[in-house]
Amino acid sequence: MQRTGECFEPQLTAFTCSYCAYMSGDTAGAMRIQYPATTKVIKLPCTGKTDARYIMSAFEDGADGVYIIACPIGNCHHVRGNERARARVVHTKKLLDQVGLGGERLDIFFLSAGMGESFAQAAKEMNDRIMRLGPSPLRMGGKEVGAGEAGEQKNGGDETGEQSVEATQ
Amino acid sequence: MIVAEQKPLDEIMQSVSEDKNVLVLGCGTCVTVCFAGGEKEAEILAASMRMRSEMSDGGCTVDHLTIQRQCEWEYLDSAADAIKGADKVVSLACGIGAQAIIERFPEAQMVPGLNTRFYGLPTKQGVWEERCGGCGDCVLEYTDGICPVSRCSKSLLNGPCGGSHDGLCEVSDEMECAWHLIVERMEKLGHLDRLEEMHEPKNWSAARDGGPGKIVREDLLREPPGEVDEGEEGTGS
Repeated sequence: MQRTGECFEPQLTAFTCSYCAYMSGDTAGAMRIQYPATTKVIKLPCTGKTDARYIMSAFEDGADGVYIIACPIGNCHHVRGNERARARVVHTKKLLDQVGLGGERLDIFFLSAGMGESFAQAAKEMNDRIMRLGPSPLRMGGKEVGAGEAGEQKNGGDETGEQSVEATQ
Repeated sequence: MIVAEQKPLDEIMQSVSEDKNVLVLGCGTCVTVCFAGGEKEAEILAASMRMRSEMSDGGCTVDHLTIQRQCEWEYLDSAADAIKGADKVVSLACGIGAQAIIERFPEAQMVPGLNTRFYGLPTKQGVWEERCGGCGDCVLEYTDGICPVSRCSKSLLNGPCGGSHDGLCEVSDEMECAWHLIVERMEKLGHLDRLEEMHEPKNWSAARDGGPGKIVREDLLREPPGEVDEGEEGTGS
């Protein structure tokens, strides 16, 4: 459930490549590292396939935050896919600012396959950021939710850690 | 190809502020190649407009459709139902395609979603540069293939002005001086002396100075000149 009563659980969509980034999620699972349960991971063949259309669709379909997880710069299996993803994220952030959602709701992280802890940390970082920003204005009938209000919702509900599930391999 | 860029979202939203049912119509030709108004851009703009609308009054439905070419009746007709069913059409075509919509469907309400910039080419990925001014009286023959009409800030035909410095134009340090390029190229090819040739004054009446252009190829007309062509009868409305 996205949000019930006073509880706000950020809905996060994470696009990963099928190499380093997705494997870092596997590593997180193998290491039994917890990260926010509301993170939905979508695997791309390469983050070079990152498209503003996918990101906008994610927001339209209910995401409060979206992030990309790519291979470290210089280590992309398709040479420069992660660099292209980075450029598209910069471009899409501007689109989100124009729309009024705010570019802060989108980010990109660069992880290698062994960085399970960082995979979970990226999810927590995005979760904390969206908690601070509040729910997507799209889900609030266009009304912005201030940081204070979001904070109250957080305090009134489960703590982030309690929303987490154990990552599975 | 024709190079365009998208208008700011605020401007587009302002132009459809009183409409409930909007169609974003993309074009699959020139503006697709310059990433301004193709299928992807139409989809992204429609999503942006829907989200913006949702965050304000929420009363606007925005659909998107992309056709192969907005500047030809045959392709436009394939979008007839969508165009007629919309309160307003945001055209993601160049100015030609945008005008073609209302010529074909006079009752349609259309607003442009792009600013048409120039005839140009992608000099590298993500960069487009002007190469032709559409002046109607090409002089590339005399300038060794470099157009002074579109690439010189003043469209000079008789050499560089005093603002040329270090191969650059005084307008901008990122702008090459067209006449510097022409002279360099002619020197390299060993026929700089061709610049001494005298030419008739350029026929500027073939450009904008002569009014709206029109070309009639009688060998291609379906009916003899003066009679109504079947293709011109009525409109798609």
